[in-house]
Amino acid sequence: MSASKLTDLSLAEARDGLRQKDFTSEELTQAHISAMEAGRKLNAVILETPEKALDMARASDAKLSNEEGGALEGLPIGVKDLFCTKGVRTTACSKILGDFTPPYESTVTQNLWDAGAVHLGKLNNDEFAMGSSNETSCFGPVNNPWRNKAKETNLVPGGSSGGSSASVAAHIGVAATATDTGGSIRQPAAFTGTVGLKPTYGRCSRWGIVAFASSLDQAGPITRTVRDSAIMLGAMAGHDAKDTTSIDTPVPDYEAALGANLNGKKVGIPKEYRIDGMSDEIEELWQQGIDWLKDAGAEIVDVSLPHTKYALPAYYIIAPAEASSNLARYDGVRYGTRLEGDNLLEMYEKTRGAGFGAEVRRRIMIGTYVLSAGYYDAYYLKALKVRRLISEDFKQAFEKCDVLLTPATPSSAFAIGENLDDPLAMYMNDVFTVTVNLAGLPGISVPAGLDAQGLPLGLQLIGQPFGEEALLGMAEKIEQAAGFDARPDVWWE
Amino acid sequence: MSEATNDNLISGATGDWEVVLGLEVHAQVLSEAKLFSGAATEYGAEPNTQVSLVDAAMPGMLPVINWKCVEQAVRTGLGLKAQINNYSVFDRKNYFYPDLPQGYQISQFLQPIVGEGEIIIDLEDGSTKTVGIERLHLEQDAGKSVHDQHPDLSFVDLNRSGVALMEIVSRPDMRSSAEAQAYVKKLRAILRYLGTCDGNMEQGSMRADVNVSVRKQGDPLGTRCEIKNVNSIRFIGQAIEHEARRQIAIIEDGGSIDQETRLFDPKNGETRSMRSKEEAHDYRYFPDPDLLPLTFSQDFVDEIAATLPELPDTKKARFMSDYGLSAYDAGILVAEAESAAYFEEAAKGRDAKTVANMVIGSLFAGLNKAGLNIVDSPVTPENLGALVDLLSDDTISSRIAKDVFEMMFEEGPDQGKSPSAIVEEKGLKQVTDTGAIEAAVDEVLAANPDKVAQAKEKPKMAGWFVGQVMQSTGGKANPQSVNKLVLQKLGIEE
Amino acid sequence: MSVDDKTVHRIARLARIAVPEEEISSLGTELNAILGFIEQLSEVNTDDILPMTAVVETEIKRREDAVTDGGYVKDITANAPASDDDYFAVPKVVE
Ligand SMILES: [Mg+2]
Ligand SMILES: [Zn+2]
Repeated sequence: MSASKLTDLSLAEARDGLRQKDFTSEELTQAHISAMEAGRKLNAVILETPEKALDMARASDAKLSNEEGGALEGLPIGVKDLFCTKGVRTTACSKILGDFTPPYESTVTQNLWDAGAVHLGKLNNDEFAMGSSNETSCFGPVNNPWRNKAKETNLVPGGSSGGSSASVAAHIGVAATATDTGGSIRQPAAFTGTVGLKPTYGRCSRWGIVAFASSLDQAGPITRTVRDSAIMLGAMAGHDAKDTTSIDTPVPDYEAALGANLNGKKVGIPKEYRIDGMSDEIEELWQQGIDWLKDAGAEIVDVSLPHTKYALPAYYIIAPAEASSNLARYDGVRYGTRLEGDNLLEMYEKTRGAGFGAEVRRRIMIGTYVLSAGYYDAYYLKALKVRRLISEDFKQAFEKCDVLLTPATPSSAFAIGENLDDPLAMYMNDVFTVTVNLAGLPGISVPAGLDAQGLPLGLQLIGQPFGEEALLGMAEKIEQAAGFDARPDVWWE
Repeated sequence: MSEATNDNLISGATGDWEVVLGLEVHAQVLSEAKLFSGAATEYGAEPNTQVSLVDAAMPGMLPVINWKCVEQAVRTGLGLKAQINNYSVFDRKNYFYPDLPQGYQISQFLQPIVGEGEIIIDLEDGSTKTVGIERLHLEQDAGKSVHDQHPDLSFVDLNRSGVALMEIVSRPDMRSSAEAQAYVKKLRAILRYLGTCDGNMEQGSMRADVNVSVRKQGDPLGTRCEIKNVNSIRFIGQAIEHEARRQIAIIEDGGSIDQETRLFDPKNGETRSMRSKEEAHDYRYFPDPDLLPLTFSQDFVDEIAATLPELPDTKKARFMSDYGLSAYDAGILVAEAESAAYFEEAAKGRDAKTVANMVIGSLFAGLNKAGLNIVDSPVTPENLGALVDLLSDDTISSRIAKDVFEMMFEEGPDQGKSPSAIVEEKGLKQVTDTGAIEAAVDEVLAANPDKVAQAKEKPKMAGWFVGQVMQSTGGKANPQSVNKLVLQKLGIEE
Repeated sequence: MSVDDKTVHRIARLARIAVPEEEISSLGTELNAILGFIEQLSEVNTDDILPMTAVVETEIKRREDAVTDGGYVKDITANAPASDDDYFAVPKVVE
């Protein structure tokens, strides 16, 4: 099979091909290494690990030839640079981490290597996962493989997992790990025509993932198909005694949940997601999704999530507050970059002033402010109470339905630089996704069509806690109905 | 205790001042591993060898609680007769310091694991006083900074980083340095009885922050200063004395006290301001999102309660009623669980008062001189008891008993020689044979005719003869018999 | 509530972030825009609502009291910008 054919394969197809010995992992991996090298203009990969990948591929081939190996044996994937990887530089795409090389491996990536996955390299992301466009990375922005019809400007791939979404959309890796704190898996997936799954909080271990906002962060996959997401999640998920917020409940066979019958299933449509100024295209896409699920046998019910409009403001209190504390460890003492000063205070201030980029500094400042004496009750405590109201909204809605269907983003991908000097406009990207993090629910973004500019748009399904199977089954129906098989023109090679 | 009875006032130029004291004691939880990681807590290891990735705050590291530390906190709370909170919350206390790797300390702020309790302190004059406990919470210790090994650098060792501490906060109920010292002694005794902290202040496993303010009696509370990290009972006394006088002098000079954190400098016995004024602290406490609320059932608490040992106050009362000891002696014996246990072992089936005297007298003096802990005593409780037996049945005199005790102490327990073996071997048995004693008395009288004449005038001289006879018999003669015979022969009436 | 330059200085100091003097006021403007946005929350009635600190409805995980970690000083200090004899080194701290 030719190299380009090998990179055409979905994760499931590649897996099956390896098992049938149609090709070797070394061949598959080499094809993806070539794609990675050819795709450097995208800036999706910030650290290529080709030798490591080939070593791992050969080890996988040995296992496969003995009919052994795990669920991901021999499959080359990329890893968001937020995951600590033993002996492989990990920076969260922040200057402050310098050349930090962890002496440990995150639980999620270890699970993937244990399942046989092959490590292609580390993927770009917004600095400390703070952003919705992958423009805040110290390694520079990632270019979306997709371009609008005019093709005049490069577009953002979404964020913070922009390297993950772009690399999967560009067929550099068969899949990628990502993390989602306010929409950082689902929004970039929607912007790149890929599938992004944010699992229930506690489904994947947070141990070894650079923390942004601990009560919201959750790892998940970005893939090209729903089936691939099911396979990836099965390998990533699991209980971890090292993470007190990880849940000790068995990991189901997510792939087996596909193909489920939707008869009798209820899909809730939350009216509050019909926001002011929503474009006709998004409106139509949403209606299209409703029709598809109805046709597949589901019953559509109207539900209300009355506190939806307060999710974004609550998020922009809670996430920065936690981040301001989580990022206090980057002080130039034990690892990372240090700027010398005449005294300790100066060393701290210079190190952190220069080590963090503008958006990270902004969020640390907001977080510090809302926790500071005299403001805690008005901001932080208030936000925690609103968070409960948002969570209660979902509980009530789920008394009437099994899953919720919403748009994934208010628009398609925008141009690099377009929203950079307007933080609030940037924050609006997460308006449909952030509620899910506040309530700890699973959510998935599925490519559902192209807009007038020829750019992908996604629909979001929101599930009940640990309802990933129902979510995947429903997402597959949208995938089938949408028949989304568009690919970006290859302009980057 | 009513304020009017405070007789510990400090006199100043404008009259008497009352000192008001509250203590925050940091007690290291006795545990093998740290509060949120599996690294060791052992004292004195090489720098950064007892540090896990969690303790060094590597990116992505998460805390998981050591349940033993929770048990220890509950156990301590029960020992302080305190409210145990089945639901408590870990918060982050945010500040930057090189020995604080996370940039925050995991502590408990609004909802601690233990609420209000009390401690009865024992004062020098034998009286007691109840001091209120406001709360006890669990938190992480910081690492250690070394400032004196390099001209421009401080060095950081994270071995202590993450070690579990109990912060025990008292009410401002103490009124003198002596009371504060008694409080720390009693708290330490309780913690040691419970086995929740070794109370070793030299190694830093117990340190006190002392809040000091002064006022005229009956006035509202004055502005307080907090003296941080005082690490010995003696220093606590010195720090309070100095700080109270410093505050009184300022107020009497027409000044006012700034609420601030101060350090005690043992070299000159003074306290000094610790942090520059502009550096106002704002710790931005908030619930740690990496940790779920700390919850446990009442059964869990009850199970711990069922294993609580007899604590000092109860033991003291029992020693007084069961053994007939004075409050003072009982207080001394129960101050350490090990002393109390030693005493009870030695007193089994014997005259307890004699045993108590020997423990508090000879044994404590010997241990003190040798710098030994009672658990390492060269004289076993069995042998000390056997020695008391020899004394009680008149086999030896009390003077010989002292000698035998010293011999046992010198030899140590390994020799395994019982006191009766020593008495036998060295021929120290008390001479009770009247004939032999009479001969010895006669001999001394005959050798000192002039003194005999004097003694007839001054009967008090008789004591000198008794001494001479005791000496000539190598202390073995029964002193009562000697006394009786000397008086008889000198013709002095008793 | 809005932040002035003095407040920006204070927050920057608390967060240990050096902000060049010429950026203080523009940073203040940005922070005020964000604070204005999040202040919408004051519209919500939250009387009698318990704050939600964790979305996980389970008991905190317990660890046994056993030494299972540590003893790798070289790994601990390997990434340190400055170290000396297995200690981390920082500019001298004066108390
Ligand atoms: Mg304190
Ligand atoms: Zn404390």
